Amino acid sequence: MSADIHFRGVSVRFSDLQALKDFDFHIRPGEFVTMVGPSGCGKSTAMNLVAGLLQPSAGEVLVSGRTVRGPGPDRGVIFQQYALFPWLSVRENVEFGPRLAGKSRAERRAISDRYLRLVGLSDFADALPKVLSGGMKQRCAIARAYAADPQILLMDEPFGALDALTRIRLQDQLLSTWSSDRRSVLFITHDVDEAVYLANRVVVMGARPGRLLEVIDVDLPHPRTEEIRLSPDFAAIRNRVWHAVYHQPSQAGAA
Amino acid sequence: MRNQKNLPGLRVISFVLGLLGWYLVTEYTAIMLPGPQAVLQKFMAVAQSGVLFTDIAASLRRVLTGFLLGTALAIPIGFVMGWYGVARGLIDPWIQFFRMIPPLAIIPLAIITLGIDEAPKIFVIFLAAFLSSVVATYQGVIGVDRTLINAARVLGAGDRVIFGRVVVPASLPFILVGCRIGLGSAWATLVAAELIAAQSGLGFRMQQAQLFYDMPTIFVSLIAIGVLGLLMDRVVQWAETRLTSWQERI
Repeated sequence: MSADIHFRGVSVRFSDLQALKDFDFHIRPGEFVTMVGPSGCGKSTAMNLVAGLLQPSAGEVLVSGRTVRGPGPDRGVIFQQYALFPWLSVRENVEFGPRLAGKSRAERRAISDRYLRLVGLSDFADALPKVLSGGMKQRCAIARAYAADPQILLMDEPFGALDALTRIRLQDQLLSTWSSDRRSVLFITHDVDEAVYLANRVVVMGARPGRLLEVIDVDLPHPRTEEIRLSPDFAAIRNRVWHAVYHQPSQAGAA
Repeated sequence: MRNQKNLPGLRVISFVLGLLGWYLVTEYTAIMLPGPQAVLQKFMAVAQSGVLFTDIAASLRRVLTGFLLGTALAIPIGFVMGWYGVARGLIDPWIQFFRMIPPLAIIPLAIITLGIDEAPKIFVIFLAAFLSSVVATYQGVIGVDRTLINAARVLGAGDRVIFGRVVVPASLPFILVGCRIGLGSAWATLVAAELIAAQSGLGFRMQQAQLFYDMPTIFVSLIAIGVLGLLMDRVVQWAETRLTSWQERI
């Protein structure tokens, strides 16, 4: 069910910008990894490589041991801007992946029923995205990603545009779903609290050139609860991540 | 946009006031224009004799033929231009150039090469509709949100599915705006073309009336042109709201 992701000596150049340099990292099957760092640190670049929306200039990215050559439904992506198809109803959005996979009408219906219930949007199945709030849109996008039954979830600052309360609720929902199905997750954020709360490991990235700075283990128990969020252990890890993100070594004469 | 409920009522009042103003101006000033009664009489006459309807039919046939041919060609070409950079690079300079020539300026050339039948008129209308729609279509295709394309791609969509299920619906609002502009310029071009070279149609009727100093006929034709233009615009607008109601309007 789950897959691993392997970055091997990956570099990406956009004309004169080194978006990612000599990036090596391994995400284990079923692991929840969050990636934090300042803008320009290459975190979205890393995610797009796994998604297959971008090709590395050097090195390679492997998913389940196979080099990524393009996008595919085995890797579900959730974008910050939701990216719902505005002309399709909530249900049709969720059924987009199953439809491409050639599922029958009845199968599609069963799949969309199941994931709409999971994200609590059953009552809005026939609504158009325009009537949904930001949080509901993102829940629909999450249901759409799950419906394609991916082995890996790639999430690019999915909760970045939401208010604090909605964000915390969605974090808990995401974690509880993850606990039951253990898909590997690569989750990008600029919110240190979010990075620590969700992750098994936090990857801290540096900018100019985009590179891996530090990997911090989050050995907090599951399920994550409010008590954990407010505990001294959480605070200690959070402080480490905070320092790694906001007091980065200056890159004098960066290559 | 407060008091939207009052709008229909205001429209009626505005219409009545306009009519009253027209009546007063023509009745009690030195302005030598036909008043509403004269125009209404003329309208009844041409409606009863059927001349008005043959003129309208002739004009509508031309404009719809030209418009449909123009948009039918513009939409695929616009898609090709929006989708393939090479096609855009090759075709765009020509479109930009021809856009700068008012379609009416083509009439002398069209009459020489296509004769004095329907062909030159339909051709210039076709050109007017084509040029408006093609630009709108390819701008629409270029403007499709990359994230939507990526979202489809990561769900397993190939180029054909992306084109049919993402690019086409996403650019539909632009295409319909293009159609609306295209229809407007087709209508404007038609009437002018009929003034220059036609044996029937609303423009031709006005041209004839001008020779006989028949102002009520000119007024009837002008009103018919305005009303028909408005009706056609409303039809496209209606289609637009129906087909693109999914849009988030700010």
